[in-house]
Amino acid sequence: MPRWPWLLLGLLLTLAVLAGLAAGPIALGPGELLRALLGGPSAEGQATMVVWSLRLPRLAAALLVGAALSAAGTAYQAMFRNPLVSPDILGASAGAGMGAALAILFGLPTLGIQGAAFAGGLTAVGLVTLVAGRVRRHDPVLVLVLAGIAIGTLFSAGISLAKVLADPTVQLPSITFWLLGGLSASSPADVGRAAPLVAAGLLPLLLLRHRVDLLTLADEEAAALGEDVSRLRFTLIVSATLVTGASVAIAGIVGWVGLVVPHAARLLVGPRFARSLPAALLLGAAFVAIADTLARSAAAIELPLGILTAFVGAPAFLWLLARGGRFS
Amino acid sequence: MRRLEARGLSFGYDGAPVGEGVDLDLAGGEIVCLLGPNGGGKTTLFRTLLGVLPPIAGEVRAADRPLARLSRRERARLLGWVPQAHAGLFAFTVEEVVLMGRTARRGRFAAPSRRDHDVVREALERLGIGRLAGRVYTQISGGERQLALVARALAQEAGVLILDEPTASLDFGNQLRVLGEIRRLRDDGIGILMSTHQPEHALEVADRIALLEAGRIVAEGAPRETATPERLARLYRADLAAVAARLAPSESRR
Repeated sequence: MPRWPWLLLGLLLTLAVLAGLAAGPIALGPGELLRALLGGPSAEGQATMVVWSLRLPRLAAALLVGAALSAAGTAYQAMFRNPLVSPDILGASAGAGMGAALAILFGLPTLGIQGAAFAGGLTAVGLVTLVAGRVRRHDPVLVLVLAGIAIGTLFSAGISLAKVLADPTVQLPSITFWLLGGLSASSPADVGRAAPLVAAGLLPLLLLRHRVDLLTLADEEAAALGEDVSRLRFTLIVSATLVTGASVAIAGIVGWVGLVVPHAARLLVGPRFARSLPAALLLGAAFVAIADTLARSAAAIELPLGILTAFVGAPAFLWLLARGGRFS
Repeated sequence: MRRLEARGLSFGYDGAPVGEGVDLDLAGGEIVCLLGPNGGGKTTLFRTLLGVLPPIAGEVRAADRPLARLSRRERARLLGWVPQAHAGLFAFTVEEVVLMGRTARRGRFAAPSRRDHDVVREALERLGIGRLAGRVYTQISGGERQLALVARALAQEAGVLILDEPTASLDFGNQLRVLGEIRRLRDDGIGILMSTHQPEHALEVADRIALLEAGRIVAEGAPRETATPERLARLYRADLAAVAARLAPSESRR
């Protein structure tokens, strides 16, 4: 196994972090940045304030969201034997979106919106697995995906209803911004709340990383190789959904990351989950960090992060389709 | 010692039997071939013998222990399963595919060890496909994939291999190759249970043949006495003269 992909990923992440700290309306040179970092958060000066109070917390949120969505996507793609699924596939995003929209509609504070988003995502996935569990004698993966589409559509309809009912001057823009995804409103406290949840979801994925490849086989084939397929899949669904929900709670719905990053990671290091998971964590963190840096510094106004990731993600998705069924 | 046996086995889905009253024995170093028409229950029977599907009635024993009381991991150490070669989806290398056969041989959270890699290498070499180790599984030929799946089952280090139509959808050359390797594994002491749609293959390699019709074993024994043209014609609802003509060349070859 060549070492260069890991060096490349490390380099990319380092550059993403440095760019995220240096770029913005107040651009910092290398010397200024270094002084501000070494000086600690309590030092005097504008650079210190910008780096420690504004950019570091936001960068941490971007790294967390990118790593979380990419890890969840890598797990979903392996366990559903489908390289074109993403964290949205089980209705997680639609559920979280509806939770958040309802919370905004009822005028709940930020914490309430985050909690509702998290609960909405888990509810949607819970419903999907419950429905799928009742359907027997069909390919369980197909049933899960179809149930996910149906439940996702139901929750999307709920979001539309919330938009119709929302007050168009205050609530509607807030709902819309939330559905487009972004980190401008995320505080260090948000990151502090989400990080343990992301860690709790990542831990089983990392521990079980050498077994996940088996889920890319037919269920009975994996069972004959000695794996308890349904238990492993259930563990992964819960873990990946936890990670997705925590990410949606702080950043809203940031699409495409969980679909495209796992592909790029597999292209770099091959399909083995034990390698593609860490690669996706690094690459996803770097990707969202760069996208968020562009979101807040490319134009005079702040662009929603979800729009930028879609600009990169959708063409990448089409390119994958055009490659015609041969997936990395 | 019997490596695999079924007694009074009823098998099927959700309590609806596909087959009933099946008795079967398999020892080390023999090939038992299962012949029967499509829908006769061959694959369902295999699933039940592997413990992937619970039996409706009766018992399966592996290495003289009841299958129902073995964990999945223990079963996978006794019984290796070779499904029909599939296309695969993710671009795993052949070595990575075969490495999946080591699942039941290492701890739940353990990474593949040096020994796992050695066993994989050995399995590939044994089947003469060592040169394929680094090739991408989705890009090799159907025959090579089938051999890779046999290698994966060998990597389980099980005493029994169960093969579901290992020669189906292979070209002539690859059929001969796969059958040749199966015979060599038998000579190495592995017990082999396989199904095939080609009676001439069964007559060529089997030590015993069992005929499965509508979920029941209607005949079992030495190949020539069991798979007679008369029985095969009835089993497959085919014309007797045509069946006899088809089997004649392999008869004269012996």
